[in-house]
Order: sequence, then C-alpha cells, then structure tokens
Amino acid sequence: MPDTTVKPPAAPATGSRRPGPRLSGAIRWDTAVGTLLVVLLICSFSFVDNFGNALNISFLIGNALPVALIALPMTALVVAGEIDLSVGSTAGLSGAVMGALWNDGLAIQVIIPLCVLLGVVCGLINGLLVTRLGLPSLAVTIGTMAAFRGVAQIVLGSNSVTDFPQQYLDFGSGRIGGTFIPDAAVPWAVLALVAVLVLHATPVGRSLFAVGASQQAARFAGIRVKRLKLSMFVATGTVSALTGVFWALHYASARYDNATGLELSVIAGVLLGGVDFDGGKGTLGGAIAGVFLLGALQNVMSLVNVSAQSQIVVTGALLVISVLAPRVGRQVAQARARRNAAEDPPPAAPPPS
Amino acid sequence: MTQAAPETPPVLALEGVSKSFGAVHALRGVSLRLHAGEAHALAGENGAGKSTLIKTLAGVHRPDTGVVLLDGEPVEFHGPADARDAGVAVIYQEPTLFPDLSVAENIFVGRQPRRSFGRVDHRAVRQAAADLFRRLGVALEPDQPARGLSIADQQLVEIAKALSFDARVLVMDEPTAALTGSEVARLFGVVRALREQGAAVLFISHRLDEVFALCQRVTTLRDGALIASEPVDGLTEDDLVRRMVGRDLDELYPKQDAKIGGVALSVRRLTREGVFTDVSFDVRHGEIVGLAGLVGAGRSEVARAVFGVDRWDGGEVEVDGRPLPPGAPSLAMAAGLALVPEDRRAEGLVMDMSIERNINLTGFASTSRAGVMRRGAERSRAVDWAVRLQVKYARLADAVSTLSGGNQQKVVLAKWLATDPGVLIVDEPTRGIDVGTKAEVHRLLSQLAADGVAVLMISSDLPEVLAMADRVLVMHEGRLAADLTRAEATEESVMAAATGRGRSAA
Amino acid sequence: MTVTTDQEHRARPAGGSGSRKLLDTVLKVRELAIGAVLVVMLLATQLDNSDFLSQQGIKDLLLNATILVLVAVGQAMVVITRNVDLSVGSTLGISAFAAGDYLSGGGNPLVAVVLAVLLGAALGAVNGLLVSLGRVPALVVTLGTLYIIRGLDSVWVGSRQITASQLPSGFAGFGHDGLSVIPYLALLTAAVLVCVAYYLRAYRGGRDLYALGSNPEAARLAGVPVRRRILTAYVVCGALAGLAGALYLARFGNVDSGTGTGYELTVVSAVVVGGVAFTGGSGTVYGAALGALLLTSINSVLPSIGVSSVWVQAIDGFLLLLAIAVDRVVALRVADLLRKRAAETRSARHA
Repeated sequence: MPDTTVKPPAAPATGSRRPGPRLSGAIRWDTAVGTLLVVLLICSFSFVDNFGNALNISFLIGNALPVALIALPMTALVVAGEIDLSVGSTAGLSGAVMGALWNDGLAIQVIIPLCVLLGVVCGLINGLLVTRLGLPSLAVTIGTMAAFRGVAQIVLGSNSVTDFPQQYLDFGSGRIGGTFIPDAAVPWAVLALVAVLVLHATPVGRSLFAVGASQQAARFAGIRVKRLKLSMFVATGTVSALTGVFWALHYASARYDNATGLELSVIAGVLLGGVDFDGGKGTLGGAIAGVFLLGALQNVMSLVNVSAQSQIVVTGALLVISVLAPRVGRQVAQARARRNAAEDPPPAAPPPS
Repeated sequence: MTQAAPETPPVLALEGVSKSFGAVHALRGVSLRLHAGEAHALAGENGAGKSTLIKTLAGVHRPDTGVVLLDGEPVEFHGPADARDAGVAVIYQEPTLFPDLSVAENIFVGRQPRRSFGRVDHRAVRQAAADLFRRLGVALEPDQPARGLSIADQQLVEIAKALSFDARVLVMDEPTAALTGSEVARLFGVVRALREQGAAVLFISHRLDEVFALCQRVTTLRDGALIASEPVDGLTEDDLVRRMVGRDLDELYPKQDAKIGGVALSVRRLTREGVFTDVSFDVRHGEIVGLAGLVGAGRSEVARAVFGVDRWDGGEVEVDGRPLPPGAPSLAMAAGLALVPEDRRAEGLVMDMSIERNINLTGFASTSRAGVMRRGAERSRAVDWAVRLQVKYARLADAVSTLSGGNQQKVVLAKWLATDPGVLIVDEPTRGIDVGTKAEVHRLLSQLAADGVAVLMISSDLPEVLAMADRVLVMHEGRLAADLTRAEATEESVMAAATGRGRSAA
Repeated sequence: MTVTTDQEHRARPAGGSGSRKLLDTVLKVRELAIGAVLVVMLLATQLDNSDFLSQQGIKDLLLNATILVLVAVGQAMVVITRNVDLSVGSTLGISAFAAGDYLSGGGNPLVAVVLAVLLGAALGAVNGLLVSLGRVPALVVTLGTLYIIRGLDSVWVGSRQITASQLPSGFAGFGHDGLSVIPYLALLTAAVLVCVAYYLRAYRGGRDLYALGSNPEAARLAGVPVRRRILTAYVVCGALAGLAGALYLARFGNVDSGTGTGYELTVVSAVVVGGVAFTGGSGTVYGAALGALLLTSINSVLPSIGVSSVWVQAIDGFLLLLAIAVDRVVALRVADLLRKRAAETRSARHA
C-alpha cells in the first residue's frame, strides 16, 4: 500500500479504461465463474452427504429460481448502466396484492394478470423518474424500494395468506415426475433463452451494451437511449412481479415482507457473474452462473452445517472480490504494459525538415 | 543552439522525454528549455504531442524515459500538487472548475489563506479573488458559483487561478481560443507583466499572429517529435507552418472541384435559447461549407441541434426539401444526415467496444434479419468500411481505445459513411490526429463532395477551413456573423467576423 | 417552492451577484423548507393531540432523532464526495455489541464509547481503502461490507443479547437523562454536528470534500489528495456510526445480532431528504440532520394522530422520491437561469 500511495495514477482517472476485465490474459471472468460452478457441483456430489439426491437439488434450484428470474432483466439493466434496487419490494408488493385480492374472493386467473400489470406500473414509475427527470437510478430505486414495501404493508398488514388453490401451489413447489427439476424451471428456461437471445443477438442487446459503455456516444449514433432504458425498467418490474407471484406459491405464503433483501442476492449474483457495475460489459450466461454459484454455495454450506451468519460473510466477500478483482487485474496489466513501454526504445523520430 | 540566458540554467526543462499510451507514441525524445523572463511558444498541429508535453510539465503524466529538470536539477513530479508546489501553473484548454463552489473558492482550492487554528479565511479568499479579477480587468463576482459560467468566463477563472500563486512557470494551453479581441489584449498585458517580473511562460496557440506578438522563442513538434527550437526573430509564419506540417500544403489540402447541385440541408432561423439565435444557411450537394468561429460561439451546438441530439426552441431544418422533426437523431439518420461529433472519445466512439461493434452501431437494420443479428453481415460490413478507409488495426474485435487518434477518427467516419449519408456534418474532423491521416481525411471529404454529398465542416483550424471549403460561414456569440465565398474568405476576414469586429454581424 | 424562488428573483433587478444570491436562496430554501415542514407537522400534531409536545414528548422526539442524526452526519460527508456507505447499519450494530460486551464485563463506560468509535473508524477505514485504492464503485463495495460486517457480528454474537441489567446504571442514565428537556445524547449529537459542520466549512480538508465531489478530475489536477480525503470521509462516517452504536446501547440498553439491520436505507433517505445530492459536491450536514429529524419525527407523529404505523415505510419512501425529484427540478431551473444570465451579461459586456 505505501508503494501505491506514492505512485500517481498512470492515466487520467476519467480517461479511457483499457479493455478486457480478463483474468491473466486468456480466461474470461464469466467462463471462470461457470467453471467454478461446475467444479463446486462435482465436488459437492462427491464429498457432501445428501447433496446429490433429487430432493436437495430441486430445493437448490427452487430457492435460486426467484433470484435467477430477476437476474435476467437485471443483467440487461446493469449492462445499460442502471440498477434497480426495488425488485425485492416489487415482488413483495405483488405477493401482498395477490394475497389481498385472493382474500377478497377474486379468481386467481384474474389476480395473476393484475399482479403482472402492477409490475409494469412499478417499472414505469422507476423508469420514468430515471429517464424523464434524469435522476440517478440508485436514489430512485432506494426510494421506491421503501415505498413499494410500505404499500405492501398497507395492503396486507401483518396477515399472511396461505390458502391458494392446490394446483397452483403444486406448480410453485412441485417437480417434474420424479426428477430433480422443479416445474417452474421450465418456464424459467424459456425466459432465459429469450433473454440470452435479446441481450446477445439483437439490435436491442447491441444497443444496451453501447448505452452502458457510453450513453453519449450511443445517443450520437441514433440509439433511443431513454426509450431503451424505460423498457428495461418495465421488463424488470414485470419479471419482479411475476417472481412475487411465484414466491408466494413456492413458499405457500403471501406476506408483505416476502422477498425482503432479494435485490441484494440478485445484484450479488449478477456482479459475481462478471457483469460490470459501470455498464457495457458482461454476459447473461455469466450472470446466471453467478446466481447459481451463490445458490449452490449456500446450499452446500447449509448441508455441512455452516451457520447462516457465516454464509452472509461469504456472500459479502464474493461481492467485494467480484468488483475488486477485475480492476486490480486491469491495474496490474496496465502497470505491466507501462513497464514494457518504458523498456522499449523510443521509435525513430521523423527527420527535421 | 544559443540559449537566451546561458549563464543560468533553465527554470524548467525537459530532456529527451518520451511517453506512450498503448500503441500511441505521444512524445518521442523531446527536449524543451524554459528560461526566466522568456515567453516560449509551443507550435505543432493537433495531435503533435503538445498536450502530453504540458501534462508532463504539470506532473499529470510521468515520462516513460527522459527527465524533468527544475533549476537544472532532475525532479520527479508525483502529481499535480508537486508541480504546483514547484511553481508551475498550468491553464488547460478545457477549464477544470468545480461547478458547486464559488468562483473565489475555485481559485484557491487546496491552498486557501488561513487564520488561526488552520481555519480557512473566507474573507481573505474573497478579497484575493476580487483583487485578481481587478488585475485582469474582468467583471466576475468572487461569490458567484462556477456553475453556469460561459467558457470564456471559466477560462478567465483559470487564468486568475494561475496568477494567484505567483508562478515561476506559467503554461497556457490555447488560453485565447474562446476569448474576444479585448480579452486577449488584456490577457497579453498580464502575461507580459509576469514575464518582466521573471516568470517563464510557455504559450500554445493556433493563432500564429499571437505567437509572434507574445513570444521570443518557438519550439515546434510534429507527430510527437521535436522538429526545431529557435528564436522567433527572423521567422515568418510560412516558415512555422512548414515546420509544423512538414509537407506541401497542396498535398495536405487536396481540394477537388465538385459539381454543386441542389440544396441538401436547409436551416431556417434555428434558435436554442441562450446558446444560438436565428441561424439560417443552406448546404448544397457537392458543396463543402466551412463553419468557423471562436470556441463557444455555438458552432457545435448548431450541429447537435440539426442532428437532433439537442432540441431547438425555434426555426426549422429541411433535408432534401423534407422537414426534420426536432430532437430525434434516429429520424435525422433516416433522412440521410450523419454527424461526426466534436468529441471523438466521448461522443463519436464507445471507447471500450470493439472496432466492429462501433462501425455497426449505425447499421442494425442492414445487419439483422427478423430482429436477430447476422454475424456474417456484421463482420463483412465492418471489414468493408475499415478497409475502405484504411484503418490500421490488428483485429476487428480490439477495442477502439487501442487505436491511435487518427485511426479512431477513421472508425467514426466509417461508422457514418456506412449509412450512405446525403448530408455529412463533421465537427473538428482533424483534431488530435497526425498529419498523414489529416491529409487522408481531407482527401476523403473532398472525394465525398465530388460524389455529391453535402458536407458541413466545423473547424477551428483556419488554414483547413480556408483550403477545403467552397463557402465559409462564421459564427460569433451564437449568431451567424458572416457568409463568405471561397474568394472572400481570408484569415483576416474570418477572424474579423469571428471576434465581432466584422460589420456583417448586424 | 420552485415557483416562489423564481418569482422572487425576477422581481429583483439583475445585479452582479444576482445568480449567487439565487443559488443561496435555493440552498437556504431547501433547508428552510425541511425545517418548515417539520415545524408545521409538529404543531399540527400538537393541535390534534395536546400531549404530543409535553416535556416527555419533546425529550422522546430528540432522543429518537439523535442516533439517526449522528449516522446521517457521517453519511453526508461520504455522499458529498460522490460516494456512499451502505455498511453503516452493520457498523452500528457491531459497535453497539462490542461496547455492550465490554461493559457487561465490568468495563468503564467512557472506554466503552471510545472502543465503539475506534471499531467504527476501523471499519470505515476498510471501506475507505477499498473505495479509494481499489477504485471500485462505493455502492457495491459497501453493500459487500454490509454483508460481511453483519455476518461477522452474527457469528460473534450468536444468540447472545446485551440487556440493560448488564450495564452500569450510570451508563443507562446517561442514555435517558438530560438538562431539563434536552437529553445528554442530544447535546452530544449537537456538539458533533456543529464540529463536523465547522470542519466542512472552515477547513481545507472540508472544502476539498466538496471540491472532489463536485468534479473529481479537477480536484486531482488541483492537487487535492483525493484518496486521503475519501478515506477521511469514510473513517469519520464509520466512527460516527460506531459512536451511534454506543449511544444506541445507552438509550435502549438492548443489543443483539440484528441491531441496526436495514438502518442504511433510513440513513440514506435522511441525507437525501436533507438536501445532500447523490451527485456530490452539494448539501450541508445541517440539512442531513434536519432530514433525519424529519424522518424520526414522522415516526412519532403518525401513532399520536392515530395513523397506523404500517404507513411509515411508504411515507419515508415517497418523501425520498419527492425530495430528489424536487431537487432535480430546482437544479434544472437554476442551471437554465444561470445559463441565460451568463449569455446576457456576456453580450452586454461586449456590446
């Protein structure tokens, strides 16, 4: 550290960032996280009792699904340089409204579309405040995080609603046949495929990366930045509301404090998967791997009797490492490049005229 | 080489300094000696390495090789504070102010006068700022916040800041670019007084007449290398230009004759409150129209409004006779408009993205089918244009930030030429690029015009405007001050209109 | 608020220092507005429920506010530098338990407070080093340390609990008593508030915080020791969260592993409602303190006018949204006015 304080930054702080948060040259961060996930799964199968049975795996996936679901639009949002901290509250609000309407005797076929619509509205509120007023999404969504949760509390009070129709509850917690795959994993996989396609193989995805890396340059290239961001906030709100419905069914309980703190898990997973918090970099595959890595890690730690408290420490440490490591790597690479440049003899100057 | 004061070592000097950024060799073995009581000009084209040299003197960059000498002793500046403590004051091209602080605080950040117990003496800060402004003869209030100051006023605050610590070395990077005639005269008065009191001055300006009016010595850089360091006496402007450019002017400005066709872009009474007012002009197919004026006169702002990046408050824009809705770049593109913006790094390119992605940013319609990107189409579109414009790159997947300034500018041009525009607006197309690429860009613009493209060229490089443009528009403080034919346009007539001395402003 | 400001100004002849006065007015109005809302709210509640502003009522209001004000003051310093510290809730919790653990073992109250402050400062230093040296986004890093500190706290505390009976009676008394209606805790908080405000206003280090929040690149060029200043802000923020932890212990006498959970959001809300902009460089700690006082007062007001406490969180959230939206609109208008005025004076000067 004393060494670093002496050195002034090599390039202007606001200047160009060198490309590639790559680990030691060749391995990409998201690939590394994916590999780590596979290694963890293989090791757990071999060495952890009760890990490999179908029931435990379905627990693992079922518990990770809400996070994995919201991670899909959240990745797109972070790639575009924004963030939504209100996703957990939106999910909670959607669950609370679902419970309240069910208590009022509405049919569940009507309630679920209404909840999704509510998610659209929540997303619009966030998106309009960010794009129309130009407010930082962080501040806006901290506000809506409290506001949505507060409304959920007003709607449902401290009641909890559990008597949803059995076939819906079965979907929320059931498995396909006797396999380890939860019923809800199938629609998730379809959504994930769509999201991968949109983010990595459509003009919308290309534009999102451009907007996140340089909003101004994207605007000068004719990309409709505000509309794009607004639609991503709406997508996030909608998926969060869907997640709220799933949450209530999966745990067979609609309460106002459902999914509290979910936003932190989502963000931790997405960032761990190599999506750059500053926008413009990352892959959805990495984000999904990050989410399931965290989920698997928690599952394994529970099985080997690591306390929930220690698990929090691990999550936090992974989060810090996931943002710190690429930057440290970049600085090391820059320092090396600088040394190399210094060792090279300066090229011949053009002759004076 | 004779020294101005051979008996004393230079106050500040560079010996054999080199500095590279990635692939770009910004400085190659450059030496420079600044003596007390001498005003020294640094000449060179955009991209010759002047800014890097200044930042090395200011302690922002550390040289890869070579040394900085202070009073003949090698020193190492670990940061801007070290350079400042050594008595080096730098006024940058781009003012670097704190918008939330008052003007007085801006001047004294980090070194406010203090009273007992180390408390900042706010009254003394205000008083000192007021004294500085009086000395500079400007009407700024010390308590005014820096937010909302015009560029010229911001520049004056920067100058006051440099004056405030009685610098031994005063470095000024184009301080006059945004100033009017009377402000320049006042600034020169202050600089001369400082020089007579024994300060060394390093002065950079694109206006050669200012170099001759103020300086005793001139050092010329080209493509990062030292070309000459000599007394100003006995030099002519032509000598200096030849040293800076290093080749014949005909070769640098290859202007072809083009057939001028119908009106392509028509701007009528365009107004954006507080920025520009009542701007009307036409650009015809095959025509290159130069848009000249001081920095801050509103030229880039007009271009941004025409293209739709900024909204306009009044007036109208037509492309090929069809009106353009305000504030919609995507519709402007659809109408055949293209804008190569002023700030290449912030506006022209997504620096962290690959060459391929940057070129294709304007062409999603042609590289996707049924809403899904076609990798082959993307790649071939990018390769096609990168090769056509002779971009020098290793791999198309490399980030554009690894390219040199000239090649970056070619990527921006490729991105826009790939849309097959009918009207091309280029804002400072050759700022910060080497002489060879500059000639290439000029040849390209000329060729485009010959092919019938209407070109509106905004440039602060007066020789460029005069050599390339069929017609020259001049802006002064947000208004169109003159519309000159190629024959009428001279350095004098353009500068007169740009500084408000022209009569046509009414 | 916006409208009156603009009209006031138009009525005045355009003087040389007009724009400065305009900005001053806006800034003062910002804090005055919070103060006015607070006073109106308290008076209205008093009319509705005459017991509300009894001696004990005032004392409770002040006591409730002290802890949030302390943490908000520290947070304001960090936010002024264009950063944020989300780990304050965890820091408060672990410091409170550390102080309690030491006191329940028969320790000296003064040493316990110092211990809490030092622990908080150390945790703040970790955050500060990560943000300033690692140059990573403050939000993510402090979100991470929020988890880590909370986790460590939980592991250390386990299911243990500090209760008032384990604390020396003098310490608990310090948490409740005061000079007439003003609790000692409020006096201590006010002293800290005044000191920090004075430091920010009258010392180079304080002015540097505003400078580097306003324009980090310019601050670097001006030779401001950017990293050291950011580190200082985080250390102070952590230390104040630690002190708040000790006061929490004194006030409530009851600390477990969940103490301070979710506090970070209330603190950030208070700071932003108080007019310290997320974009850095503006706002005062007095504003942040007023924001904290407003938020805690709402919590006391709602029950006493018979509104269910389920409304509290929603109101906090909407208040935060309202505050940032109003700030933004005012800022846009002021920028517009300043731009036009600059254009006018410039053309007048050169006419």
